[in-house]
Amino acid sequence: MSSRNNLPLLAFLTAGLLGLGVVLAFVVAPEDADQGISQKIFYFHVPIALTAYACFGLGAWKALRLLWVGGERRDLESYTWIHQGTIFGALTLITGSIWARASWGVWWSWGSNQLVLFLVLVLFYCAYFMLRFSVDEGARRERICAVYALFGVALIPVSFFAIRLASDFIHPTVFTRSGPQMTHTMFTAFLVCWAALTLLAYVMYRVELVGKRTDAHLRELREALT
Amino acid sequence: MSGIALYATDVIALARKDLRLELRARDTLPAMLLFVLSTLAVFHFALPAGTDRDAAYGLLWIAIIFTALLGLARAWAPEREGGALDGLVLAPCDRSAIWLGKSLATLAFLGAAELVAVPAFALFFAPVDLVAVAGVALASIGICAVGSLLAAMAAASRGREVILPLLFLPLAIPLVVGGVGAGISPNGATYLSFLGLYDLVFAILAWATFEYVVTE
Repeated sequence: MSSRNNLPLLAFLTAGLLGLGVVLAFVVAPEDADQGISQKIFYFHVPIALTAYACFGLGAWKALRLLWVGGERRDLESYTWIHQGTIFGALTLITGSIWARASWGVWWSWGSNQLVLFLVLVLFYCAYFMLRFSVDEGARRERICAVYALFGVALIPVSFFAIRLASDFIHPTVFTRSGPQMTHTMFTAFLVCWAALTLLAYVMYRVELVGKRTDAHLRELREALT
Repeated sequence: MSGIALYATDVIALARKDLRLELRARDTLPAMLLFVLSTLAVFHFALPAGTDRDAAYGLLWIAIIFTALLGLARAWAPEREGGALDGLVLAPCDRSAIWLGKSLATLAFLGAAELVAVPAFALFFAPVDLVAVAGVALASIGICAVGSLLAAMAAASRGREVILPLLFLPLAIPLVVGGVGAGISPNGATYLSFLGLYDLVFAILAWATFEYVVTE
């Protein structure tokens, strides 16, 4: 674990990168010939979705390590990553919904595989919280949550595949969203936004982790006093 | 006896224990049978007149999933009420055998409910072909493999009746896709192989992780 001191620095870096990303996306990158201004959400929607995947993946990785080698702290780390993943997953749904409204005229489209996949994932990980808060604290809860987190990463590719298959009989025509070729500046803006949002997830994870650790510590102290 | 034969003996003994309990107490299977039939009857009134067969087919899957949930909610009840799970965990057998035995017993109950549900569906709504039946069979394996593990998780929680459907339904979505696809799509084989893949992935995962769910 790196020292706690670099957290403010990381936070400033994240804020700077996010600002740069906004400037690049709105000022520098050319407006999309096809979709106009509404395409700008692409620079945030897609990186948010990728970050959510990364968070779920890291949560499952920590869960795997917990089952493998043990260690109470990994439970908290896995939980915090999944917490971030759920936040970013919900943001993906919101931004995706806005984009769908802007470019297809509807708030929700079952034809967008990405949106449907995130709906399934957000439902799945919301159930994680329900499970976590209804099992008594202890070694068994850590392991149950870890197993559930592992099921989550198996569910991602399986659902992805299932949704692809389902669009066969739900939507006979496949939605193609192949826009015009991405220009150089567009790609740079996308990368900067992606880096900024990944960093943001990491900073939020660190802050959340410190908070949760302090919380657990406080509870221990209180129990020791009474 | 070799290791595999011993394992199989354990699994069969555990599954047989569940079936025998059910034969004596009869508190799960009759409820599942009645539930699946009443659901199909309700669906007749929920479907507007003139709805096509594809829509009715989706309802069969809703009936199957909820009937399975009804059975799964009671799957670990005998162990919990008697405090027998601790005994099973301490028994000198591989813990994954407990999961496999429970899955097989649940599969037997679900299979019995489907033996009633599928002909009833064919009678009330639309004909069912062989690919659709194969879809039902493959999806049932997945339902029981995943469901008996999730039911064990839910049994450890406080709000177990509420938690289980929340845990189970997102994981059941791919099964519904595969099952409905096998029934109505012209290329049903794709969906059958998808269901087989799902069964394989999640059965291995559940088999490998069950131990962590039940040990204190």
